Amino acid sequence: MIQVDNVQKRFAEQEVLRGVSFEVKQGSITTLIGRSGAGKSLLLRHLIGLDQPDSGRILIDGTDIVGMRTSELNGIRRRFGVLFQDGALFDSMSVRDNVAFPLREHTKLSEKEILDKAAQKLELVGLLSHGSKYPSELSGGMRKRVGLARALALGPDLVFFDEPTSGLDPITRGAIYRLIESTHIDGEITYFLVSHDITGVMAISDEVIMLHQGRIVAQGTPEGFRTNPDPVVQQFLLGSPDGPIAID
Amino acid sequence: MRSDNFLESSITGILETTQDWLAEFGGILMFLGSFIYWTSKPPYRVREIFRQMDFVGVQSGMLIVMTGAFTGMVSALQGYNGMSRYGAGSLVGATTALALARELGPVLTGLMVVGRVGSAMTAELGSMRNTQQIDAISSMAVAPIQYLVSPRIIATTLTLPFLSVVFGFSGMVGAYIISTEYLHIDAGAFMSGIKDYMTPNDVTQGLIKAFVFGFILSLVACFKGYNASGGSRGVGVATTKSVVLSSVLILFSDYVMTTIMF
Repeated sequence: MIQVDNVQKRFAEQEVLRGVSFEVKQGSITTLIGRSGAGKSLLLRHLIGLDQPDSGRILIDGTDIVGMRTSELNGIRRRFGVLFQDGALFDSMSVRDNVAFPLREHTKLSEKEILDKAAQKLELVGLLSHGSKYPSELSGGMRKRVGLARALALGPDLVFFDEPTSGLDPITRGAIYRLIESTHIDGEITYFLVSHDITGVMAISDEVIMLHQGRIVAQGTPEGFRTNPDPVVQQFLLGSPDGPIAID
Repeated sequence: MRSDNFLESSITGILETTQDWLAEFGGILMFLGSFIYWTSKPPYRVREIFRQMDFVGVQSGMLIVMTGAFTGMVSALQGYNGMSRYGAGSLVGATTALALARELGPVLTGLMVVGRVGSAMTAELGSMRNTQQIDAISSMAVAPIQYLVSPRIIATTLTLPFLSVVFGFSGMVGAYIISTEYLHIDAGAFMSGIKDYMTPNDVTQGLIKAFVFGFILSLVACFKGYNASGGSRGVGVATTKSVVLSSVLILFSDYVMTTIMF
């Protein structure tokens, strides 16, 4: 489904991605982990086509999206759902209109059908009664849930999550992970998460990939990750300040 | 030795500033290209254009009426002060009308709209850029230029000539009241001066200027907001630069157009 092949990205003197390659299986929940500032979110932006790599290929179902024209890329993006770090909800629109936005843009449904569908998605994330509120009236966790409802509105087959639980309390974090698991349909929808919340993602992911110093240092099942002898992986899993990963 | 260093740093400074200006100019041209490309493609967001016209036009109405009225009053007083020295005080209606139609109306409307609308557009788009809302629009396969920028530029460009007319009309009402009530100029003389000396061409020139100013200020405002970076401070800097650049470009283009249409 997603193939990343030798992707490189440099900003002036800083080489952020140094030949990143990995594959994401269709229908899986795959999580990219790594330290803050490792380039995870940047890599995610490349997968969505918001940034272009200096070199390398990014294939979505065999189609290379690198250098693709925006109009062509938009054809592929219609199959995407994206949950941004802080929800990225439109603050000039109500919660209901935020969820209805992709439906209004890309479907020929009547207004009633659009609102019904938006209500369904809001119910899915437990926020049906908050439809008329504005994003500024919601808590961080609620904003992420609305973001998830919007990401799922068009019934995408590929959903990207950028730090879906950052800044949330442990209970809300648990609720978000439960929501991610419950909305995922095995073998049909692919979820690709970017996170540094190791405990949470190990519990829900089929595959985990670790990005460190611009390279993929490990990829495998959560179980395989736990038993990975690489000291970099072990230090990250343990959250220890002592080890090969230097503290900036 | 010290003068060599001073010369070197001065030249470097000038070159860097020139480079920045060229980069900015190139950026605006590329942004203009994107605007033309995306505006020509469907869907045409008529509803959003009307929403922006309401924001730019209707919601600026009172501000334009007030500034127009005061400008007309001051023009009448100053015009009378100057012309009465030559015994031509009764021509104050004509001179005020000419000044408002050809110059003060479009320029002051443009500058007022820069302050009220241009700054708001830059701040709003800048904030949307910094909170990933523009990225979210892109990720949902919608062109942000088409969705956010095109309606704002079209609405401002079409609305500014109307605001300029409102400004001019309010100004003339103000000038009439001051001239007849305070300066005791005969109302008939005031009106006949306007009729005798003003031509439709004077009004057309003002409308063309307002149209161009509307386009310039909204293009700059959207460009600065769309490309704002660096969090809330970056949005503040972008807004300031947007207001300054728009104002300077309005005055510069006013000079160019006045020279051409003189």
